[in-house]
Amino acid sequence: MYKVVIGLEVHCELKSNSKNFSGAANQYSSDPNTHVATVDLGLPGILPVINEEAVRKSLMIALAMNCEIPSYLIFDRKNYFYPDLPKGYQITQMHHPVGTNGYVMINVDGEDKKVLIHDTHLEEDTASLDHFGNFSLIDYNRCGVPLLETVTEPCLHSAKEAIAFLEALRSIFLYTDTSDARSDMGQMRCDVNVSLMEENAKELGTKVEMKNINSFNNVKLAIEYEIKRQTEILEQGGKILQETRRFDTEDMCTYSMRSKVDAIDYKYFIEPNIPPVKITSKWLEQIKKEIPKLQYERIQEYMTEYGLSRYDATILVKEKSTAEYFEKALQEGGDPKLVANWITSIILGHINKYEISMEEIFVTPKMLIDLIQMVSDGKISSKQGKEVLYQALQEEKEPIKIVEESGMKQIGDDNEILKLCNEVLEEQPQAIEQYKKGRTNILDFLVGQVMKKTKGQANPATTRTTMKEEIERR
Amino acid sequence: MYVDKSIDEIRTSLDNQEVTGKQLFKEAIDKAKEMQPIYNSFVTILDEYQQTKGKTVLNEIPYALKDNFSTKNILTTGSSNILKNYVPVYDATAYRKLKEAGAVLVGKTVLDELAMGGTGTTAHTGIVRNPWDKTRLIGGSSAGSAAAVALGIVPFALGSDTGDSIRKPASFGGVVGFKPTYGRISRYGLFAFASSLDHVGTFTRNVKDTAYVVDVLKGQDEKDMTTLPDDSISYVDMLENEIKGKKLFYIKEACDIENYSDSSDEELLETLKNFHDKLDQLRKIGFEIEGVSIDKNLLNAIYPAYMTISCAEATSNNANLTGIQFGPRGEGKSINDIMFDARTKGFSELIKRRFILGSYILQKENQEKLFLNAGRIRRMIVDKINELFQTYDGMIMPTSGGIAPKFGDKTDQLSDRYLILENHMAIGNFGGFPSITIPSGFVNHMPIGINLTGRVKEDGEVLNMAYKMEEILGMKNIVAKGEKHV
Repeated sequence: MYKVVIGLEVHCELKSNSKNFSGAANQYSSDPNTHVATVDLGLPGILPVINEEAVRKSLMIALAMNCEIPSYLIFDRKNYFYPDLPKGYQITQMHHPVGTNGYVMINVDGEDKKVLIHDTHLEEDTASLDHFGNFSLIDYNRCGVPLLETVTEPCLHSAKEAIAFLEALRSIFLYTDTSDARSDMGQMRCDVNVSLMEENAKELGTKVEMKNINSFNNVKLAIEYEIKRQTEILEQGGKILQETRRFDTEDMCTYSMRSKVDAIDYKYFIEPNIPPVKITSKWLEQIKKEIPKLQYERIQEYMTEYGLSRYDATILVKEKSTAEYFEKALQEGGDPKLVANWITSIILGHINKYEISMEEIFVTPKMLIDLIQMVSDGKISSKQGKEVLYQALQEEKEPIKIVEESGMKQIGDDNEILKLCNEVLEEQPQAIEQYKKGRTNILDFLVGQVMKKTKGQANPATTRTTMKEEIERR
Repeated sequence: MYVDKSIDEIRTSLDNQEVTGKQLFKEAIDKAKEMQPIYNSFVTILDEYQQTKGKTVLNEIPYALKDNFSTKNILTTGSSNILKNYVPVYDATAYRKLKEAGAVLVGKTVLDELAMGGTGTTAHTGIVRNPWDKTRLIGGSSAGSAAAVALGIVPFALGSDTGDSIRKPASFGGVVGFKPTYGRISRYGLFAFASSLDHVGTFTRNVKDTAYVVDVLKGQDEKDMTTLPDDSISYVDMLENEIKGKKLFYIKEACDIENYSDSSDEELLETLKNFHDKLDQLRKIGFEIEGVSIDKNLLNAIYPAYMTISCAEATSNNANLTGIQFGPRGEGKSINDIMFDARTKGFSELIKRRFILGSYILQKENQEKLFLNAGRIRRMIVDKINELFQTYDGMIMPTSGGIAPKFGDKTDQLSDRYLILENHMAIGNFGGFPSITIPSGFVNHMPIGINLTGRVKEDGEVLNMAYKMEEILGMKNIVAKGEKHV
């Protein structure tokens, strides 16, 4: 067995009105070349102008990943020729990135792990190319879109850990509302480095890089394939070549693209057209305040403070809107476990069924708490409560109104129940006899008769106690 | 004839309705066309007059623009085959400002290909000749703009200056050439050569005209992050300020005649004699001028450092010229072959040489030794000059060690004259200092110039000093007669 070492480089497109260095809209469009400015085309004489919003968002991510922030941001040029890069260079950050030496917490199979972040840097996306038989088409809509690249240390040891990190990273983007982070739209893409080493070796093995993998599942498959491929080579006494490989989504295998000797020298140098961007501590403080509580922290809090299981806590924080709904319900005075139960068992089911978001549902946290209260107070049964909630979500009606209008209420009044119990006992004299002979389970039958009369509205617990008392008195 | 006059004179004639903007335009293009067969200053001469509504002193005044400023719907070639049919879709900020001020564009002028070179001989449309002697070059890279102003075709023209590309041809053409502080004028729309050294600047026939034009051009531009905040002062208004007691220095290693005592270079000796004579005259009106010593090793490093930085940046800046987005499409089977072919056909040998140098300089294994060391030298030189600027208000130097060379003249690129006297003006680009060249006399019937460089952001002070000097130097508003085509 070899020890697996994985490092990830994750590209994520940031949300902003305009592109990173031009005034064109940062917007996905199916019409090619509709969001393009002169700067994006690399026309002679153009100059980049940095997008402050993109800088702010990347600082927010860097802070959320506990990174060190430089006092000045500096941009560099990465030079290479390719038709998707009209200027002939990409503006990126080599020497003073927005964040360095950070970490992101993940939990794999119940165990916490710190994933070390080497750096995160702000750059611009390239144009997209569509290749056809003997020609290719270029769409510049994506060209210049702000892109944040996050590079981990080689500190992950399984596909599972890699996926857990990617999910954690995605949640940071979503919680901070800095990106939609949708891999199906190419907004989140990943380069994966995999190497194997002997269990006790001191030095890392030769790494193989796989570029531009566009879904978490493919990351998992690519890692698994690479581990298998490299293990086989090593076991046969072979050597791993340092190279870049391509993951083929047709057959789920990786194929060699270029070896290290063909590695491109990007001739990085400082972008002379962007003066150093000063990051004041005041600005950083302000950004810090805007970072919401993140997924990992919330899971900890739900478990330790509210006593939820990791399973429930994880479900509640999966979407920020769900976590916020849950917390709002607690502010309204809800019991954490009960609220969690109602959300996970009913509301999330509804949302998944109709593929809507938490923000779109009609039932507010306040309404949910009122409903839970009615059940706790015994005004309606919990079975009724569930039905009311389903109905409220479906018909977009307040639960209280549904209860009132349907006349649904639990008969909890002691005199009323006493009267009903005696009615039933009058009607069923033979049941009393049998009870006296020791067939005490006949009590269930008698309680059932009360329920039948009341169409289920009698409080079952009270009915049962009253019935027992009355029968024993006779 | 009006276009060979100063802006003040033309303005008065316009205001007195002796002449119209349209007539001025006609005069300028007629003269441009008349001179074109011999001097070849223009890539494009416009033919339609556009009525203007500017509210500035430049309203209806004709001018020329170097052909590396982006002008919407007007051919802009950078004097390179790779852009020979390129028609921009947007306006450079400098051009837009002149348009808004009412100035009238007459034509686009020839430059050394992509602004790289100092001879005016490498454009895709052929060589530019010196208006004072057609067997001599005018210098570059802003060759056509210098020639057009020297010939009296227009009262002013715009150029760009990366090492001395405005100030050298200005001195060879007997006109005023100015590049302000880095960031004073927006570079948006100027085809980049070496972004950290590139400046937009002007050619005029007197210092006041320079101030008029720069007053219009200067200012912060949201499209150029390196522009300075507005200084909100009129440089024209500063021209008459008192200069008594202003302290200037020259570099002894470059300018002391004793250093060249064994030289047989008569032209150099005469140029230096003119320089020192003029310094004496300037002292008489109140300038305090003295020689200072700077480590010769540092001075000798200016040219190599300049070449290293500029070639490196140029390689990257011109990587957009692939024939994919615009320009002549190359041929080939793969995308790389297509780009390779377009660039092979599109650039001259000289440009390719610079790109290869630049690429070599930026390679990972060479960066530290070449590119980063050049940057350190740049910093050392700038630090030294700034240190001197604590004592002195400016640096005064001969613009060149002599007059414009004849075509084909060979220079010894390792001589002191070449390394220091011919290349010291890159100091102005290294530090982004405002720097102006004004004509100072004739040697062998050819004009020579004096260069004055001042503190960063003190553009007004430099123009003020230059304006006072101009009165003494006696070369104000000179126009080369030029030979008409017969």
